[in-house]
Amino acid sequence: MDLKSSDPVTSSPLPSTVNNALKIVIVGGFGVGKTTMVRSVSEIRPLSTEEVMTRAGVGIDDAGEVKGKTTTTVAFDFGRITLNEQMVLYLFGAPGQQRFWFLWDRLFSGTLGAVVLVDTRRVQDSWYAIDRLEHHGMPFIVARNDFGGPEHRAEDIRKALDLSEDVPLIECDARQRASSKKVLVTLVNHLYSLSTREHAP
Amino acid sequence: MTRPVDREDPDRLYIVTGGRSRVDESSIDSVSLIVSECDPTPGMQSEHVKILRMCTSPTAVVEIAAELRLPVSVVKILVCDLLDTGRITARHPSTTAVPARANSKTRLPEPAVLKQVLVGLEKL
Repeated sequence: MDLKSSDPVTSSPLPSTVNNALKIVIVGGFGVGKTTMVRSVSEIRPLSTEEVMTRAGVGIDDAGEVKGKTTTTVAFDFGRITLNEQMVLYLFGAPGQQRFWFLWDRLFSGTLGAVVLVDTRRVQDSWYAIDRLEHHGMPFIVARNDFGGPEHRAEDIRKALDLSEDVPLIECDARQRASSKKVLVTLVNHLYSLSTREHAP
Repeated sequence: MTRPVDREDPDRLYIVTGGRSRVDESSIDSVSLIVSECDPTPGMQSEHVKILRMCTSPTAVVEIAAELRLPVSVVKILVCDLLDTGRITARHPSTTAVPARANSKTRLPEPAVLKQVLVGLEKL
């Protein structure tokens, strides 16, 4: 039995005054750096948990996806940033695969916004995630994790992702705290401008 | 990554929850913060004991799930038990009140809330 996952929770308690937890989700394909990004900014070592979808909870649309299985398990990682005495932000690294989206409403309702983490060597992995986020009406930005591959012009990435001009696209190095912080700040700034527009009288 | 539930006898999850499979999901969020209001008492179900010990400071449902190695939905059921008997209190996120599906657009938090998030992130 490994005790790794139990240490950070107990060793780094939240202030007793915290009363509002917020969520941001980082979506991306396998190996794109979601957990690396969570780790670089989290005050706790990333924890891992899972959700089980029983057959009864499966919609009609996806019957084919889980045929012959009684349950489907989706694992996800998360970290935490205490923002102030009242607010704490939970950062979820979530797999973009098809089955994950059936759990969106259950796990991620109320999410502030999402970061789509993209590896330009596997751009197609991100298409489905972007499509689903749009479907859920979830505001997002796209961050290209730099794996040291060939340079891509932003306009080429936009084109490959069929990304509209009003979705911010930035470069990042998920290993670097400062870079991951910039990704989060870019997302929240984007949300702020959308929110100011929406809440305008 | 460990995948305890996959290897787990499904009967265990059945026993832990007393066979219940549904909980009023809208009442507990995956990041609702749970706070113990009492100490464990003898004879209490071991999962309940663990939750009460963990939550002496506010702890999110997902953190409890990670610690207990149980699916989030199972932890929600356990948390409901403790809520019903007043052994814990839950601080629900204030941003999840509005259903995202109403007009197919997620309602954005107020600018003031986002400003606070930005200030908090800048301290990183």
